Amino acid sequence: MKKAIVLYLHVHQPYRIRPYSIFSAGYDHDYFSDEHVPIHTHNESILKKVSRKSYIPTNKLLIEMLKEHPEFRLSISITGVFIDQCKAWAPDVLQSFKDLVATGRVEIVAETYHHSLAFFYSRDEFTAQVDKHRACIQEEFGVTPTSFRNTELAYYDDIGEWADNQGYKAVIAEGWDPVLGWKSPNYVYTPPHAKNCKLLLKNYRLSDDIAFRFSNKEWEEWPLTVEKYKSWLPGGDEQVINLFMDYETFGEHQWEETGIFDFIKAFVSDISKRDDYSFATITEAAELEAKDSLSMPYTVTWADSERDLSAWLGNAMQQEALKYLYELERAVLTSHDDTLIEDWRKLQTSDHVYYMSTKFSHDGSVHSYFSPYDSPYDAFMYFMNAVRDVRWRILEHHKGSL
Amino acid sequence: MLGWELPPHINGGMGVVCYEMSKVLAQQGAAIDFVLPYTAEHPGTEFMNVISATKHRPYTEGGFGVYSDWTKKSVGFDKVMDEYTATALAHARKHPPDVIHAHDWLTLKAGMTLKKQTRRPLIAHVHATEFDRAGGKRGNPMIHEIEYMGLTLADRVIGISNYTKQLLMREYHIPEEKIEIIHNTINYDDFADIPDGESYRYISRMKEEGYYVVGAVGRLTVQKGYTHLIRAMGKASKRLSRLILIIGSSGELRDELIELSAEQGVADRVILPGWVSGASQRDIFGLSDAFVMSSVSEPFGITPLEAAAHGSAVVVTKQTGSGEILRHSIKYDYWDEDKLADILINLATSASLTQHLQISAANEVRTMNWQNVAPRYMEQYRLLGAKL
Repeated sequence: MKKAIVLYLHVHQPYRIRPYSIFSAGYDHDYFSDEHVPIHTHNESILKKVSRKSYIPTNKLLIEMLKEHPEFRLSISITGVFIDQCKAWAPDVLQSFKDLVATGRVEIVAETYHHSLAFFYSRDEFTAQVDKHRACIQEEFGVTPTSFRNTELAYYDDIGEWADNQGYKAVIAEGWDPVLGWKSPNYVYTPPHAKNCKLLLKNYRLSDDIAFRFSNKEWEEWPLTVEKYKSWLPGGDEQVINLFMDYETFGEHQWEETGIFDFIKAFVSDISKRDDYSFATITEAAELEAKDSLSMPYTVTWADSERDLSAWLGNAMQQEALKYLYELERAVLTSHDDTLIEDWRKLQTSDHVYYMSTKFSHDGSVHSYFSPYDSPYDAFMYFMNAVRDVRWRILEHHKGSL
Repeated sequence: MLGWELPPHINGGMGVVCYEMSKVLAQQGAAIDFVLPYTAEHPGTEFMNVISATKHRPYTEGGFGVYSDWTKKSVGFDKVMDEYTATALAHARKHPPDVIHAHDWLTLKAGMTLKKQTRRPLIAHVHATEFDRAGGKRGNPMIHEIEYMGLTLADRVIGISNYTKQLLMREYHIPEEKIEIIHNTINYDDFADIPDGESYRYISRMKEEGYYVVGAVGRLTVQKGYTHLIRAMGKASKRLSRLILIIGSSGELRDELIELSAEQGVADRVILPGWVSGASQRDIFGLSDAFVMSSVSEPFGITPLEAAAHGSAVVVTKQTGSGEILRHSIKYDYWDEDKLADILINLATSASLTQHLQISAANEVRTMNWQNVAPRYMEQYRLLGAKL
């Protein structure tokens, strides 16, 4: 029985909030507008820049490899807000993803449309966003997702139970040692009490060798060659090697000059020739028999050295920000104002609270790399002013009391 | 007159006070040579002779006394103070003054030199001491020394509040009989126009929803005591959710105050709009049901009077000088967060208390203007032998 390489890539870009002041609240509702914003933080120019560096060359490479190697297959997840941005500013990028899916060997994974942490605040809102995403994927790609990932791989037992009830064949999570104990991420598991749904766990060492360490010259294993990398692949009775990472690893986080494209090309080619390894999508891997059931009572994510929600909810500002946002749920939804509802949902995108993180360690430099703002405090102020404006709009809409 | 700034090139309240005071003194017959440490236009100062002691430009951002010259290189304090003293002395030798009137430590060095060289009497006018600026902690020892020497050497000291007088006696051992308290004031007529409050549409809307708005205006620094104010806001909010606090201005404490608001669970009800001026400042007064000056140490503090003129109920710390001339205001010790929380709850839940304070304080400030204060200064000049 061949071991399966499960390559899964995540595609997302948020709608960043412009520097939005209290003087705008009640007047302008264009939180995500690129007007009056420094060009390097334009939503449109960031999407185009990352497309040029990552999405377009990576998709070109993937489609070539899919043609060349009939065994090759992979899974991707694409957020709804990313698809919306593509429709507005980069339809060719969206088309290149459709071409991938049309090969029948690229699975699209279900998630929330708005890349939100709604599961932890409102189950109804969460379900609504997953439904909206599924409808969007059906319309754009003509397929229905059969596996699920929650935003930032934030996972605990309830999510496994939910996915099982929804009929998903698989759900994915971080394979974090303190949770796994002696267990290995290289086997298929089931969430506790799940009837059909399997649980696949990210092999973070092998994933992060590519996603984070590949171009790091301080790393003792630099430069990483396929020869070296494949010598690290296990050779026992393991079932799966789950390589989960951001799509932007290719060309954006690791620039083309680092040799990342050549690496992945050689890696896929090498695996395709082997008789002990093959490729599988997430749903295909879930057809394997589970070795065990695995309980994850506390939330684990794929971010930062803590692998918890502290990157998004680690400080009081972040907790306050989402508290106020979700408090408005009922009032927003009963307004039946589609624009208002959509703006409120765009504010749920987890990136907004990520920019408010005040971790100043190694992880902090990762946070500030992604942030369009001068400081976490600016991120908080702009967000809160937008929340205030949403509240103002609700009051105008309902002309009554909150 | 040895000053450090005049409108419109001001970083604090002292420039405004110098301007208003000089204007009414000129009307009373005083001839004023006003020495400034920079070169710039000052429209509306025709009533006196403005002398620029240096070619430096006024430095408008970042405050106290750092000046950049035409090449935008910053110039240190010491150098500016030395140039300032030299020019002031040269002028005083040509046109000997009856009285030397120096404002705060930045001009006190020049004041001392002029007194020694021209043998004319020196008035040291204290707007703020290093103790105030340091927010209750010990400040810069060099500045303390200049203040101590200048105040000791001065023939008369004008303190702008009893609070300042007590501080000068306690910290610098200045004899009580040498200090004259002359409070600052406002020209009430300048506030006749009621602002429309439309700068903050969100807050206006929340007021319609029954929110009680508490305002504050002043640099986000330790001196202003905002950490106590926000903690009190947190305490009050546990009993009363419809409370909004807006603090107009910028400053180095901003991030800390944002974090504190979040920790206190009131982040959406604490609004920090950043730097405010003109309409965006007046609208804070206009919107505020109550106005708080939470300063740890405030020799005077003009904003409570302005807020009263706009019809706000006023709450000030006992460590705020202007509270001494606003009888119809609620006073508390800056550190007493429980008391302040209690005050805010009482104000917000009692329309009659708020209204009573608003109306009474407005009546108090209605008669205020600089004309009324001018004779007090003239009296000090005469006391020192000036023939006016």
